[in-house]
Amino acid sequence: MSMMTRSDLAGVAMTPDNIRTKKLPLGVSLLVAVVAFGLAAAIVYGAGIGNWVLVVVLGWILYLVGLFLAASRVEGSRAARNRSWQSLIYSACVLAILPLASVVWTLVSKGVERFDANFFNTSMNNIGARDANGGAYHAIIGTLEQVGIATLIAVPLGVLGAIYLVEYGRGKFANTVRFFVDVMTGVPSIVAGLFILSFWVLIVSPWFNNGQPRFSGFAAALALSVLMLPTIVRSTEEMLRLVPGPLREGAYALGVPQWKTILKIVIPTALPGIVTGVMLAVARAAGETAPVLLVAGGADAINFNPFDGNQSSLALFVYQQAGDASKYAPARAWTAALTLVALVLILTIAAKMLARRNSLTR
Amino acid sequence: MGDNPSRSTDATAGGSGVTGRHARPAGTGVSPSSYQEPPIGGGGAPLQRKARFSMETGFRGLSVSAGAMVLVIIVAIAVFLISKAVPALQANTANFFTDTKWFPNDAQPNFGIAAIAFGTVLSSVIALIVAVPIALGIALFLSHYAPKRLATPLGFVIDLLAAVPSVVFGLWGRDVFSQPVKDFSVWLNHYFGWIPLFGGDGPFGRSILLGSLVLAIMVLPIVTSLSREVFQQTPGMNEEAALALGATKWEMIRTAVIPYGKPGVIAAVMLGLGRALGETIALALTLGTVFTISFNLIQTGGNSIAANIANTFGEANAIGRGALIASGLVLFAITLVVNMAARAIIYRRREFRDSAA
Amino acid sequence: MAKRIEASNVTSYYGSFKAIDSISMTVEPKTITALIGPSGCGKSTFLRSINRMHEVLPGARIEGRLTIDEQNIYDPDVDVTAVRRLIGMVFQRPNPFPTMSIYENVVAGLKLNGVKKKSVLDDAAEQSLKSANLWEEVKDRLGRPGAGLSGGQQQRLCIARTIAVEPQVVLMDEPCSALDPISTLAIEDLMFKLKDRFTIIIVTHNMQQAARVSDKTGFFSIDKTGEPGRLIEYDDTQKIFSNPSQKKTEDYITGRFG
Repeated sequence: MSMMTRSDLAGVAMTPDNIRTKKLPLGVSLLVAVVAFGLAAAIVYGAGIGNWVLVVVLGWILYLVGLFLAASRVEGSRAARNRSWQSLIYSACVLAILPLASVVWTLVSKGVERFDANFFNTSMNNIGARDANGGAYHAIIGTLEQVGIATLIAVPLGVLGAIYLVEYGRGKFANTVRFFVDVMTGVPSIVAGLFILSFWVLIVSPWFNNGQPRFSGFAAALALSVLMLPTIVRSTEEMLRLVPGPLREGAYALGVPQWKTILKIVIPTALPGIVTGVMLAVARAAGETAPVLLVAGGADAINFNPFDGNQSSLALFVYQQAGDASKYAPARAWTAALTLVALVLILTIAAKMLARRNSLTR
Repeated sequence: MGDNPSRSTDATAGGSGVTGRHARPAGTGVSPSSYQEPPIGGGGAPLQRKARFSMETGFRGLSVSAGAMVLVIIVAIAVFLISKAVPALQANTANFFTDTKWFPNDAQPNFGIAAIAFGTVLSSVIALIVAVPIALGIALFLSHYAPKRLATPLGFVIDLLAAVPSVVFGLWGRDVFSQPVKDFSVWLNHYFGWIPLFGGDGPFGRSILLGSLVLAIMVLPIVTSLSREVFQQTPGMNEEAALALGATKWEMIRTAVIPYGKPGVIAAVMLGLGRALGETIALALTLGTVFTISFNLIQTGGNSIAANIANTFGEANAIGRGALIASGLVLFAITLVVNMAARAIIYRRREFRDSAA
Repeated sequence: MAKRIEASNVTSYYGSFKAIDSISMTVEPKTITALIGPSGCGKSTFLRSINRMHEVLPGARIEGRLTIDEQNIYDPDVDVTAVRRLIGMVFQRPNPFPTMSIYENVVAGLKLNGVKKKSVLDDAAEQSLKSANLWEEVKDRLGRPGAGLSGGQQQRLCIARTIAVEPQVVLMDEPCSALDPISTLAIEDLMFKLKDRFTIIIVTHNMQQAARVSDKTGFFSIDKTGEPGRLIEYDDTQKIFSNPSQKKTEDYITGRFG
């Protein structure tokens, strides 16, 4: 038969008569590991070219190479390659976990230092470089007000935009809008800050302030809403699409107009999902530093009025304390960072829990 | 209006949706191609003429203008940035695109974007070179290696990490990570100083290397979660086909998973690049802020457009602000191009997938 | 090069769910065996356990012996990939690799096995496509995407891909259920042709198809949902369809149940 001759010519045994294979025993892997790390230690300390970190790195590389060679001999090159790639993929996970664990550990260990009542009750007003106390009360106020106003602006706009895309949008214009919503999610936050700076702070705000540009928490809220808008449109759009068609058809069949169907049936059905999306957008906005720095200016004192005068925010507080020369500043920065992360993570986790209980997405 | 609820098929077809904070292919329902239904309002309803101005028209107009708002904002960003950048650019005595100095606040303002643009691109590219292989490894681990018990919580943690504010990573990079990086830099300089990348006489520490590594850690969750989704979408029957041919697990991934996911991974990497290019605070806290063009990775130095804005905004005068806005305009243009390219890839892939299904 | 398959007391589980219960049957070389039965009766599960494809699902495990020419494929030292190279599989829905051309699809298995020489690959592609009765239709467009073919052509492409690695047994899991009658006929013709070289086991819902193509037929059934599938009767196709020994088989074949 022609196929058999082809195989014979190629010299490749396509159909192995023996389906058995030798597996690399665990002992050999361990032996390879011991030899690899021993060799690495000998090289590194023998030549005096580094410390234990280099031993670990070099040992790991030697181990992977040794494992590949050993497996090639015993199991064949295909199985060895499979094994090596698996090791590399597992290594990638370990490698990524190390810095992230360090971030979490530092955040908690350094953050608890000033995690006291004073920190949450006082501002930085009249706190000099030699003062150990001082807090983030003003910054927390700023974050809450700015994010709150930004949400009030972005949510109606975003939900309406999503309604347009799902319920009314057809043709080229809708596709363009959809495309640019996606593109807009990638606009850097500093650009959003510069936009509000040039539009609101430098051009609009002088009208209300005797011709002088004025920083304000509201301007920060505007910038944050620019960042939140595409996220909200996108998540709401996805939720609206999950609302079953028959639900709508049922309403149409009863003669309910489309706008009423949307408001009374579609939106309530999708509401849990929409809330999830909004919470994720809020979490992201709360962590933004750059726009607040550019348009709210930052402040040391408490300012409850978002429409008048400088404000700070938690993220900006972290940034400013990080740049402060006082020896007490790092502790304040880390505690504020811990507070910020806690706020953001609570929002994110709550949003995800809500999503998990959402009947539409399940 | 006698409007037919034409999207019912979409709703049932788009059932693959899972909530997540990133825009992503959301089932067939999102496909632009599924929108070729007849325009609404055309289906004649001769029974009763409605008033031209009704709640329906009002609500519809409201939602259309909300949709259009997105386009308005994108255009407005460009317009207002240009309007504030132009006076500064006119006052500039140096070439904005080729000069490396940044003295916009001088009596004779002279500034150029070359050094900070170079630093932006260099730090982002290095960050991606470090982050992408690791991110793809984790994505494959989550999609094809980890047992479901482990993959679900781990994927959740990755999503959480994407939500951690950049200022926290910046603070960590500056207070904690800079020391090991400095030690590593000294070591590199000692043994590999003959390579220009690792040359120099110090000081080492707040360098492009530190900034890039912090950026890499920040980009990692984004690239991971997007690629994981792409890998998970590989049709099971193609994976089975590869396995049935006698492929090992890795060969199955090479034959079925990676080729299928390639466009999606490219898009994920470009979105990560967009994020890295625009990252401000983490770099403002970790880079050494100098205005030179240098490939030296380990000496104190490095700068980026966004970090420069955050660092010098405080003492900028009117021209200085305009100069920063001009640099922001360049950043906006770069990220816009990168993001549009990434989205175009995703859109084309989605159409391809829908038509194949 | 075809080989005998022998199953004895094969029981398969998905987690704690028992999918099939002690199946025993012997499949002779160079024959076509059809497995029929109502939905959910475990015939696909049994088929997939012959080349250990059921292991792809997490939690799947098996008890009993399944041998190919006296070698138990479930022995702990057996290489799964070698088993699957030996026992190829064609799936219910045509599944050419969407990113590959027709040519690349056919030689995908050979490339995995380390064949790199262009002349060998070309030769194998032509032979396999000829064997799969597809060569004449695609020889001018080998570089085009495999997904661009019609459903029936795609399925023959998948058969070509499977036989290109020269397995000894070919398993077919309802290979025609997604195809139109003409494509189905083409596949059936192909099966007769391939019988000279391979042992073929086919799962089908279509009793006429089983009667047309197979030498032997196994009838699977379940008592009720949630119960494991059992092999009710296994005999020459002729006998099964004319004079079954089991009442259940007769009921199914005459359309009284299922």
